[in-house]
Amino acid sequence: MSASANTTVKKNKRTFGEWLRSRDGQRVLVMLAFLIIPMVLLMVFTYIPFAEMVKFSFYNMKYIGARKFVGWKNYIKVFSRKDCFGALKLSLYYMGGSVVQLSLALYLATILSFKVKGGDVFKGFMFFPFLINGIAIGFIFKFFYTRGFVFDTVLQWCGFQLDSLPYWLKDRSINNISLVGTSVWRYFGQNMVLFIGAIMSVDNELYEAAMLDGANKFQQFRYIIMPSIKTIFVLNVILSISGSLSAFEPPYVITDGANGTGTYFVVMHEIAHTQQKVGLASAMAVVLLLIIFAVTILQKLFFKYVFKDGTE
Amino acid sequence: MSISEKIGKYVLIFFKYFSLVFFSFVALLPVVSCVITAFKTDEEYQNTNVMVLPKSWLNFENFANAFEKAGMGRAFINSTIILICVLVFSTLIGTQLAYVLNRFKFPGNKLIRNMFLFASMLPGVAMQIPVYEIMYKLGFINLLPGYITVMCGTDVIAIYIYIQFFENIDIALDESAIVDGASYFTIFYRILLPLLKPAIVTSCILKGVGTYNEYYMANMYLQDKTRLATVATSLYTFVGPLGSKYNLICAGVIISLLPALIVFITCQKQIYSGLTSGAVKG
Repeated sequence: MSASANTTVKKNKRTFGEWLRSRDGQRVLVMLAFLIIPMVLLMVFTYIPFAEMVKFSFYNMKYIGARKFVGWKNYIKVFSRKDCFGALKLSLYYMGGSVVQLSLALYLATILSFKVKGGDVFKGFMFFPFLINGIAIGFIFKFFYTRGFVFDTVLQWCGFQLDSLPYWLKDRSINNISLVGTSVWRYFGQNMVLFIGAIMSVDNELYEAAMLDGANKFQQFRYIIMPSIKTIFVLNVILSISGSLSAFEPPYVITDGANGTGTYFVVMHEIAHTQQKVGLASAMAVVLLLIIFAVTILQKLFFKYVFKDGTE
Repeated sequence: MSISEKIGKYVLIFFKYFSLVFFSFVALLPVVSCVITAFKTDEEYQNTNVMVLPKSWLNFENFANAFEKAGMGRAFINSTIILICVLVFSTLIGTQLAYVLNRFKFPGNKLIRNMFLFASMLPGVAMQIPVYEIMYKLGFINLLPGYITVMCGTDVIAIYIYIQFFENIDIALDESAIVDGASYFTIFYRILLPLLKPAIVTSCILKGVGTYNEYYMANMYLQDKTRLATVATSLYTFVGPLGSKYNLICAGVIISLLPALIVFITCQKQIYSGLTSGAVKG
């Protein structure tokens, strides 16, 4: 901030060498030296590919070989092919899952931010799934949901008959919910930790003052905890919607998109890397990106409006 | 306190602990069932229910088998090399970038911040379609340094953690060093970087876990699985003919998540605080 203040040096005529040794020259030099690598990486692995992707979406092409310009044809296909745009319907399952996940995380975070015996241990148990690699998760849940294995056994302990239970990953009426369940399992602990962090950032005196004033647990939740986690909660709601639209990992590692579990991105991955229809896959990517941007901007405006109206 | 109030209080306590125990059980069950199965011999695995405890907790045969079949020795070496390189380079790049963005006012500062923020919003799976082509053109497919380079790219969360930390380091420190005639490089390397240590540790742990667990790009850019598998992608060995030998697979899975578990147990605090400070800013 004030670094710029001491650089308002009088402008004398100097040789380049002198300038380089001056404070001004040093400043530019250090900026160049420190910015060049991250900016090159950002360009090469984000912005150039991004531009390429938009270009690809107008071509009929594979990674290698001839390319043919086809105009808007790929985009028309995205909307007309049954397996492309229709796959977005599955996002609704994942949105439902995020609602469960965020509420669960909020509930547990509230419990854990008060004094609880063994709180750290519980927190650790619930957070740990977040640290497991995706492929391991795939195997763990293929095993977990196999007929007669872990999940079925536990349900049998609870009195269910094996015959009355569905095939969790094959049965089209339930398999998407099974997959969403794995995603909730993996992330609720992480969400919980974020919420606990936000709740803990509130000054302890506030709770003590509230206690003295005779506020009950619910009032403390409503008037102290809720406002303190507003920012992070809204952020997570926004993230969970764009996350649901781009849901990928659970079907990719567990079912490989079989039996009607292929989300939009799983279909796109298949089209890009197995069928090598790079143009069509790029068009799919561009369409979804536009949708995500639109949704994100709408949500931001919505929350801005709501909070201006509601709390101030 | 009246009796009804007392009962209410106990009910509340009961619900509290019931919820915690129940959801901890839910979180642990899938992993614990894997541990149980990993200790079973083939015969036990075929003849007993998955939730029946193994006869011996000392049957490490599956672990040895899985380790060898999936080439995990090689995989651990690769993952270690990748981890060290990615952490060193991304820490250097990230702290330097944060230093410039926080300490210098120049036209384009805000633009650069926004460019990184925007980049983080692009979903990785979609971006890998064109990135694959670029990796191919650069000759980075099946090349360890190539994969390391792409892994060092945009990491907004780390940059935010560093910028936040810089904001809390008094700029008077820089200014007095300048008066003493120190160059910007000296200020950065000798004065600021050592002060940044807690932030570096935090973001390295997060980035480290992320890098160790990364499998999508590793699978795509390190296709030669005999030579270049990482710990995560070495598990792909179990797809296919071995796909139903779950006692073997579970052993492989458990081996692959041991390092993450150890880091978690030793560095819980940093992981939590890193997540929190990264998220609030974003």
